[in-house]
Amino acid sequence: MYVRQVELVDFRSYPQVSVTLDPGPSVFVGPNGQGKTNLMEALGYLATLGSHRVSSDAPLVRAGAERAVVRAVVVNDGRELLVELELVPGKANRARLNRSPVPRAREILGALRTVLFAPEDLALVRGDPAERRRYLDELLVARYPRYAGVRADYERVLKQRNALLRTSYLARRAGGRRKVDSGDPAVAADLRTLDVWDSHLARHGADLVAGRLELVAGLVPHLEKAYDAVSQGKGRARAAYKSTVDGDGSGELTPDRDVLTARLSAALAKARPSEVERGTTLHGPHRDELLLTLGDLPVRGYASHGECWSFALALRLASFELLRAAGAEPVLILDDVFAELDAGRRERLADLVAGADQVLVTCAVAADVPEALQGGRFDVAAGEVRRVV
Amino acid sequence: MYEGAIQDLIDELGRLPGVGPKSAQRIAFHILSAEQADVTRLATALRRVKEQVRFCRICFNVAEADECRICRDARRTDEVLCVVEEPKDVVAIERTGEFRGRYHVLGGAINPLEGVGPDNLRIRELMTRLSGGAVKELILATDPNTEGEATATYLALLVKPMGIAVTRLASGLPVGGDLEYADEITLGRAFEGRRALDV
Repeated sequence: MYVRQVELVDFRSYPQVSVTLDPGPSVFVGPNGQGKTNLMEALGYLATLGSHRVSSDAPLVRAGAERAVVRAVVVNDGRELLVELELVPGKANRARLNRSPVPRAREILGALRTVLFAPEDLALVRGDPAERRRYLDELLVARYPRYAGVRADYERVLKQRNALLRTSYLARRAGGRRKVDSGDPAVAADLRTLDVWDSHLARHGADLVAGRLELVAGLVPHLEKAYDAVSQGKGRARAAYKSTVDGDGSGELTPDRDVLTARLSAALAKARPSEVERGTTLHGPHRDELLLTLGDLPVRGYASHGECWSFALALRLASFELLRAAGAEPVLILDDVFAELDAGRRERLADLVAGADQVLVTCAVAADVPEALQGGRFDVAAGEVRRVV
Repeated sequence: MYEGAIQDLIDELGRLPGVGPKSAQRIAFHILSAEQADVTRLATALRRVKEQVRFCRICFNVAEADECRICRDARRTDEVLCVVEEPKDVVAIERTGEFRGRYHVLGGAINPLEGVGPDNLRIRELMTRLSGGAVKELILATDPNTEGEATATYLALLVKPMGIAVTRLASGLPVGGDLEYADEITLGRAFEGRRALDV
C-alpha cells in the first residue's frame, strides 16, 4: 500500500498543507523544528489513532484552532481509498471513508497501515517493560483488531480490582490490623466480590496473554532474520514472553486460553494475602515482560549502544514483515533515525527497506540518507513542503 | 457572567448531565422568554418528582404508590424475575412487550472505583424475595459492560446454591443489520457466543 496524497489542516505547525507522493522512497529534508516529524506523526495517527509522541490530542491541534483535519488518499492493491479524520480535543474524533461518515473513528483502522521508526524506539530495548508490552499490544491490535476490545476489558477489570484491593486494605487498616479472614462482615463482603473480579481478570488476562504468546511465536523468526541482517551476523537475537500468569514464571507457557485462565486464577489465589497487603494486582499481563536476549545475555544492561539500536530496528522490521506476511504491506516511516546510526547500519537498513511499497524518510541533512533510498525529495521549511526532485 | 437569578438558573442547569455551559445559557433564556403558565408547569413537575415519586417496596422501580404498576399487575407471573440496574432498564424491556414476569431494580452495579459494593445495591432485598420460593428462573439483565458482568457473576454465585435457574441476556449482533457493518469487537463477541442451530 502507499499514500498518494496527504493533506493537513491546523495539524501541529501546519495551517494547511497538501503533499502528493509516489510509491517507493521519498525523503523529507529540512532543519529541525520545521515540521517534518509533524507530517509523519499525522500519518501515524491516521493509521493507529494515536500519536507516537504525545498521549493527549490537544498538542496536535494548531494553537488557536478548534480542530485539526488529517486527510489521505491511500492506494492498496490498485484501489484508492480516501481516509479523513477530524480531531477535536476533548471530544470523540470523527472519521470518514470515501466521504461517508463512519459511526466510530476506529472503523478506519486498517485503511492505512504504517510501521514507524523513530529515535524514541531505543526505549523499546532500554526502557521499562511497559514499553515492550505496548509494542506487543499495538502490533497485536494491528494484526487482530479483536484484541482492542480484550485489552480495554482487561484494563477496566484491573482498575476496578485495584480499587477494591485498596478499599479492603484500608478497611483492614482502619480496623486495627484485622486479619484477612477475621470474619469481619465488611472485609468478608469485599473479599467475596474479589472472587468475582479474580475470575473476570483471569479470563480477560488469559485471552490477552494467549494473543501475545501467539504473536511472539510468529514474530521471533522475523526478529532473528532482521537482526542478523542489520548487524551483519553479529549475534543471535531472541525474544521470549515471560509471564507472571505462571506464579514463579518458570513453566513453559502455551497459548491455551483455558489452561492460562486456570493458571492465572491459581496465581491470584496464592498471592491474595500480599495483594491485599499491597493494595494492587501482582499477577497478569500488565506485569509481564518481553525478554530480549542477544546470544545468551539479556539486551537490557548488557548490550552496547549500537547493539541496542540494531535490536530496536530489528523489532520494527519484524513488525513490518509480520504485517506484510498477513496481507496488506504497511507504509514504512523512518523518522529521523539515520542521524542516530553509523554508516554501516544506515546502508544495511536502507537496503532492507528499499524494496517496500513506500518508504517515507525524514532527516535534517540529506547526505545522511543512503543511496538506496534516494527517490522523491521534498524540502520542508517553516510549514511549507516543496517538491524538489 | 449575568446578574442574579438568570446566572443562578444557568449554574443549576449546567449541573445537569449532558448540559454544557452553552446549552445551559440557551435553556435559561428560553425559560425567561416563555409563557408564565409553561414555566409554572415545569416548576411544578420538578417539585412533584421529588415529593411524590417513591420506590416500589417490592422491586424498587420508581412508583407513585407503595407498589409499582408492574408489581400490582395480577396477570404477570411470579415465576420469572428479571434483575436490572436502573428503572430505565425496566422501561426498555417493557417496550419489547415480550416479558411477562416481574423485575428487581438493583440501583446500580458493583463498581469499586465509585465505591459501590454489594451492600450499596438492593441485593439483600433480592435474596429475601428469592427465598420465598416462587421464582423458578432469574434473568440477569445487567449492562453488558465490565461492571454489569461482574454484578451478574456475583449474583449467579450467590443464587446457584438455591436451585434457581439463572440466565443471562445474550449479547452480539444487532438484528436487521448487515454483518459487514458490525465492528470487530461486537462481531468477535458474537463469534464467542455462537450457538447450535436447531433444524
